[in-house]
Amino acid sequence: MKLHYSLTALVVVAVLSGSALAARTDVTLGMPLEPPNLDPTAGAAAAIDEVVYANIYEGLTRFAPDGSVLPALAKEWAIENEGLRYVFTLHEGVSYHDGAEFNADDVKFSLDRAMAEDSTNAQKGLFSNIDSVEVIDPLHVAVNLKQADGSLLFNLAWGDAVILDEATAADAATNPVGTGPFIFANWVQGDRVDIVKNPDYWGTPVQLDKATFKFISEPTAAFAALMAGDVDVFPNYPAPENLPQFDADPRFSVVLGSTEGETILTMNNGSTPLNDKRVREAISHAINRDEIIDGAMFGYGTPIGSHFAPHHPAYVDLTEQSAFDPEKAKELLVEAGYSNGLTLSLKLPPPSYARRGGEIIAAQLRDIGIETEIENVEWAQWIEQVFKGGDFDLTIVSHTEPLDIGIYANPDYYFQYDNATLQELMDTFNVETDTAKREQMLRDAQKIIADDYVNGYLFQLAKTGVASAKLKGLWANAPTQANDLTGVYWEE
Amino acid sequence: MSWRSIIPGAILVFTVMLAALGSLFWTPYDVADLDIRNKMQTSSIEHWLGTDHFGRDIFSMLMVGARTSIAVALVAVGIGMGVGVPLGLFAAARAHGWIDELIMRGNDLVFAFPALLIAIMITAVFGPSALNAIIAIGIFNIPVFARLSRGAALSLWTREFILAAKVAGKGAFRISFEHVLPNISNLLIVQGTIQFSLGILAEAGLSYVGLGAQPPVPSWGRMLAESQTLITLAPHLALYPGLAIVFTVLGLNLLGDGLRDWLDPRLRRER
Amino acid sequence: MLRFVLTRLMSLLATLVVASCIVFFVIEVVPGDPASFMLGINAQPDTLAALRAELGLDVPKWQRYLHWTGGMLSGDFGTSYTYRTPVANMIADRLWISLPLALFALALSTLIALPVGLWAASRRGSYADSVVMGFTQLGVAIPNFWFALLLVMLFAIKLGWFSAGGFAGWDAGAFAAMKSLMLPAIALALPQAAILTRVMRSSLLDVMNEDYIRTARAKGLSVRQVLLKHALRNALIPVLTIIGLQFSFLIAGAIIIENVFFLPGLGRLIFQSIAQRDLIVVESVVMLLVFAVVIITFLVDVAYAWVDPRLRQANR
Repeated sequence: MKLHYSLTALVVVAVLSGSALAARTDVTLGMPLEPPNLDPTAGAAAAIDEVVYANIYEGLTRFAPDGSVLPALAKEWAIENEGLRYVFTLHEGVSYHDGAEFNADDVKFSLDRAMAEDSTNAQKGLFSNIDSVEVIDPLHVAVNLKQADGSLLFNLAWGDAVILDEATAADAATNPVGTGPFIFANWVQGDRVDIVKNPDYWGTPVQLDKATFKFISEPTAAFAALMAGDVDVFPNYPAPENLPQFDADPRFSVVLGSTEGETILTMNNGSTPLNDKRVREAISHAINRDEIIDGAMFGYGTPIGSHFAPHHPAYVDLTEQSAFDPEKAKELLVEAGYSNGLTLSLKLPPPSYARRGGEIIAAQLRDIGIETEIENVEWAQWIEQVFKGGDFDLTIVSHTEPLDIGIYANPDYYFQYDNATLQELMDTFNVETDTAKREQMLRDAQKIIADDYVNGYLFQLAKTGVASAKLKGLWANAPTQANDLTGVYWEE
Repeated sequence: MSWRSIIPGAILVFTVMLAALGSLFWTPYDVADLDIRNKMQTSSIEHWLGTDHFGRDIFSMLMVGARTSIAVALVAVGIGMGVGVPLGLFAAARAHGWIDELIMRGNDLVFAFPALLIAIMITAVFGPSALNAIIAIGIFNIPVFARLSRGAALSLWTREFILAAKVAGKGAFRISFEHVLPNISNLLIVQGTIQFSLGILAEAGLSYVGLGAQPPVPSWGRMLAESQTLITLAPHLALYPGLAIVFTVLGLNLLGDGLRDWLDPRLRRER
Repeated sequence: MLRFVLTRLMSLLATLVVASCIVFFVIEVVPGDPASFMLGINAQPDTLAALRAELGLDVPKWQRYLHWTGGMLSGDFGTSYTYRTPVANMIADRLWISLPLALFALALSTLIALPVGLWAASRRGSYADSVVMGFTQLGVAIPNFWFALLLVMLFAIKLGWFSAGGFAGWDAGAFAAMKSLMLPAIALALPQAAILTRVMRSSLLDVMNEDYIRTARAKGLSVRQVLLKHALRNALIPVLTIIGLQFSFLIAGAIIIENVFFLPGLGRLIFQSIAQRDLIVVESVVMLLVFAVVIITFLVDVAYAWVDPRLRQANR
């Protein structure tokens, strides 16, 4: 009996010291939103990509942490026929998590599925320039375009363009089977998703054995979960107001990064009174960006003066053009014939940048004589009423797609901005392949929309992550919505 | 407890009413004014109860919030009485007929939906607003008053003075309003007070989950909801609106209990 | 008795049928399309149409209604639009949190209320009685979600004894699971306990006024002996009724508390499904709650009629 006891004690000591020597190989990530399903090719929710992108599923190309495009399942490619044909060479010896072999047929299947008549791909537009996909041999596949396009490799890096196996694609929503370094293990709905290391991964093996995505939308609960060590990292921490507390605590590091989210006060350019540029200009001058960033985001965010991300090389700082100037705003309103003020509707989707920012903007607009009728809406309502129905005057939303200034060239887009000069400019941009010329065009486009005061440009959303201080290798910035765990490890 | 609980009840209710009415004419600060530089301050001479996350004066917010709560609850109870009492009287006058059956089954139907579910369904269709909160709470109040007045009226219909009125040739409609209603009014006042306090609680709950009055109109429930993420930084934000709700509801309950004992000793039963 | 049960059963069925119509057709007119929500702002019209066809949303409403109600009778609640899993499974998962929470709260409130009510009744009119009654007044007046916030402030943030929210999961062990339900259950139980204490006390006092109790008292038994030996049993009938009614209230009342503590129960499922316009889930959960309320009311009615035959005729 005594012997048995001491044996157990020995084992316990051995296990304990073993775990103390080796670095941890598991990680629990907190996410504010749960993905509705796990198929990135059949849903728009960012939370899907935040679980599966680069972890479970891979595409022909992928985004690097800095937003540039890297090869992934495609080892290399050749551009032929004056940019109309891309021939991809695939990696050898790649297999899916269920053992099935990956080859060119899967590429054709996945791209055809995304482009098909009955496709349910949320970003079907990414594939609209593809004419056909042609299997040359199991390791070579050609993509033929309708017209030359500099953005194909960029488009194929999106989560919506990942490669699936025909045999398992139908069940991807609940049981995703991909080629990535992690295998889907378990999904407890309303709580968490578990993924485990793929021992047969074709690329560089990952250092983690297991990762758990835990869904906690309530900021108080998120705070407590981090403090208690139930969660190791919150890549997008939901409450900026708590960040100073984490910053002061040596157990944590606060990671501030940039996102592609231009947060704007969208104005309905298609209807009175906002079809009058002077009214839009007045509103732009009524906005005090510093106050909004301070009040709604507790100081986290970079002011912007046009629809463009400040970390992009082609960025021009145009914030001065719409600087806070209530006197000028009042004059402009009088000039436009609204000396007695006016009333506008302001529809706010759920995120706190919109709800809090909206209340602040309402107060700022009141100071220049514009009353607002605030209506809090759910996303489903926002899409139907604001985005599709155009039934709004003002709304606040963060446009998180990378490099999306092209939406201003679409006169049917929900803010209904119609400017032929910009449309021509973007048309030439889309076929231009020279980087310097492309960047100059982007600068011009920023100026055009700032000159027209299309929308109120507020701030670039910051990525505010909180992580255990010893956890390394996470993305600081968010070129796309993802939690790429391939480089994550625990420091001793 | 006795009718004496009217006194503390009335004092609490009177204070809240005074704050609500007073806010129409004066508040220490304008609740529409944000002062973000001075956000989340604790109590001071300038701001008696401190400021919220936008730097608004909490005391002023509570005053205007009282107006929201009371208006919503009062109108909702009004709807419940205005529809429920006539329905109940009508059902009692036609006791055990098909109309009675229909009204009572309708009551069962409404009772089958938890109040919060009614509110969630209504606001999902029409969008959140104070008006929809009123409708949701009002609908839930209808069967409460219908049942109460039917039950009370039924026992009155067997009494002699009603029989006398019948013999005199008065119609059921006239009897209900001339003879039955005055005799159950005490009961209705007491129940109305209780429902009023439940209405305050319901309004707070609905605003808390975002289904009540919309910003920038202050409401106690939403103040609590907004304070929740700031609980580690500024716990006082979560304290005062809750206390305001408790004072109001407590006052109304004490008032209701006292009124019951005072108006009708026979009804003396404690819930 | 049989006739009474049958007529009550018929009206129960009628209530359920009408309620299902109301639930379905009210929720179906909710603005916002599940397909557009799922596919986001870059979705193209043909993609949306394809998804709607896949979800079965292109069929006329009345057909979907018949399909939904028909399915529910056989336990098939349909397939969630957003999660693409059977609604019945989702509800079952969530019930494993909501139901234990409601039972836990009910047990707490009963365990507190019955002894305290009895104690207060036995000391009627004393200082202790007034204090207890004062506390129950306060308990009734405190909104449970605010009480929940106070509990979080004290026990989760200040003392760190409990987590501020979330659910450990039953696979983490019964202790861990119950621990994460502890604060929510207390928050839910407090107002219920206050109400129940008052019911218990007044019900006991009512019984004490009955003739047979007076006789017992006249025989020289002490107040306490009478209370425990004779009054308690009879006084429990209204108390049990209230407990029955509170149970259905607790399931619905948990909707808000689940939001405070971020528990993945039925209440959160409703809010989440409405936000995602996963209408079939909303309809099924609402119907389930309505069903629970109706059944419990029915059982309470029948139990009452069984105890008190007079109720079988009058005042249904």
